[in-house]
Amino acid sequence: MEILKEKSSLRINEVLIGAGKDKGGTRTSAVTIGGENCLPFHLFEGEMPNPPKTAMEIWDMKPSDWPAALVKPFDDVMDSPAKWAKKCVEQYGAEIIALRLQSAHPDFGDAGADKCAAAVRSVLDSVGVPLVIFGCGNDEKDNMIMPKCSETAKGENCLMGNATQANYKTLTASCLADGHSIIGETPIDVNIQKQVNILVTEMGFDAKKIVMDPTTGGLGYGLEYTYSVMERIRSAALGGDSTLSMPFICRAGQESWRAKESKAGVSERPEWGDEAQRGPAWEIATGVPLLVAGADLLVVRHPESLAGLKGMIKHLMDKQE
Amino acid sequence: MFIIGERINGMFKAVGEAIKKKDHSVIQELAKKQIAAGADCLDVNVGPVAEDPTEAMIWLVKVIRQVFNGPVAIDSPKPAVLEAGLQAAGDNAIINSTTGVPEKLNTILPLAVKYNAAVIGLTISEKGVPADSAGRMEVAANIVASAMEKGIMPDMIYIDGVILPVNVAQPQCQEVMKLISEVRMISNPAPKTVLGLSNVSQGTKQRPLINRTYLAMAIGYGLDAAIMDPLDKDLMDAAITADLLMNRHIYCDSYLEAYRKK
Repeated sequence: MEILKEKSSLRINEVLIGAGKDKGGTRTSAVTIGGENCLPFHLFEGEMPNPPKTAMEIWDMKPSDWPAALVKPFDDVMDSPAKWAKKCVEQYGAEIIALRLQSAHPDFGDAGADKCAAAVRSVLDSVGVPLVIFGCGNDEKDNMIMPKCSETAKGENCLMGNATQANYKTLTASCLADGHSIIGETPIDVNIQKQVNILVTEMGFDAKKIVMDPTTGGLGYGLEYTYSVMERIRSAALGGDSTLSMPFICRAGQESWRAKESKAGVSERPEWGDEAQRGPAWEIATGVPLLVAGADLLVVRHPESLAGLKGMIKHLMDKQE
Repeated sequence: MFIIGERINGMFKAVGEAIKKKDHSVIQELAKKQIAAGADCLDVNVGPVAEDPTEAMIWLVKVIRQVFNGPVAIDSPKPAVLEAGLQAAGDNAIINSTTGVPEKLNTILPLAVKYNAAVIGLTISEKGVPADSAGRMEVAANIVASAMEKGIMPDMIYIDGVILPVNVAQPQCQEVMKLISEVRMISNPAPKTVLGLSNVSQGTKQRPLINRTYLAMAIGYGLDAAIMDPLDKDLMDAAITADLLMNRHIYCDSYLEAYRKK
């Protein structure tokens, strides 16, 4: 039986993250995401020149509500983002660090721009891998801290997030000024995703430096909806819509570790089994469908999830003959 | 929607004069303006009063090719002028047009083969314009069959149901729309459909409104292409919106600008 192959009219944009000495930064490695011209892992009808990548998420403060199974791998380093990043890279093999400036949030420390910028500086000095920088998710605070953090990281070609439909101008201006790429985030809405891409590019920002975060639910908490939206976006892009042909970033760790299935102790729920295995398994089971839906960069928390997902990517990239 | 810009036509005063004076800047400005407004293809017509239509066509096409390498529709009733235009155009040409009359088909189709050009086929027979969609279908099927006999794939053919002005043959407006959807059944792959849109409002009072309403309705019946004025912003907005409603591109609040940016 002959397989009917689909040819796409457009390639997903390639976005480079990280800059070495020759490009004005201090990174010892850089990664490229995107570039595919087929549906995820459809290697029988196209190419994925840049297999999906993984990033490990760290915070600039010790999280107060992470379950024990998630704290255990980092217990000795969580009070220092520099040490935390170093452990992720050297011990757990992280190829990208995603730093969340949670301490800026009014409910979690309300840290100012200087403190956050210092955290960014310390991570940049501690590891050589490319950096993703997330704000705290509070628009007003992020508009206060992100410009200084962006400036601190000038030249490093970071990926900064998140710009939203309601709040994109400050971050876009900073990324323009300091040469970073930007994440456009939407609430699992294909129309708003397209609109955010247009709003950002209307400010003179290069479409080829935009990464889309469609916001994912964890497994069992809206993942299927994210999946269908990602499919729709990716199909439209491959069909010729250049306003949607950006790579995807998915925060699998953040969402999967919210679930009671990840957090509940085995004494609470004996039928669910040992939480030390269950949490990473839930994170992996959230990450894999996102990969198959088109995630180009997965942000994860647990080192076992990282290893599992890296292995899965390798397996999925084995060209099917 | 495949939009064929109709403004480079010698019957328009400015274009006619530019052809006479060999003023290439007028033509090139018009070409660039139409493309910037969203046209995918440029129709090229020397008009009715060119002294030497062949020479004028070659000049027009060469001048356009200096600023645009995309599809051009070579528009002439004379095969010699058509061929000269096709030669000058190189790749990416569409023949505008042939009818279903056998002598005409046998003259024009070989040109399509020779120059690897797509061809617009008007559903006109020896008896003239058919009265209804069934009559038009017969001519369309004959055009497609003749083309396939010569090795031309059906999706290189644009069937034009010949829309007549609404104040001359009002019932025909519906017949042409019916034809647009019925043409899909002729073959697999099916031929495409095209309309010479401006004709529907020829001689009427509300030309822009009639044009854009008919275009939206025809897109609803599955119209693939139209020869129209891309510099009519309301018309372009209607075409883009009709395409949106046919699920051909994804909605966003700035969908009109997004379409023009693609």
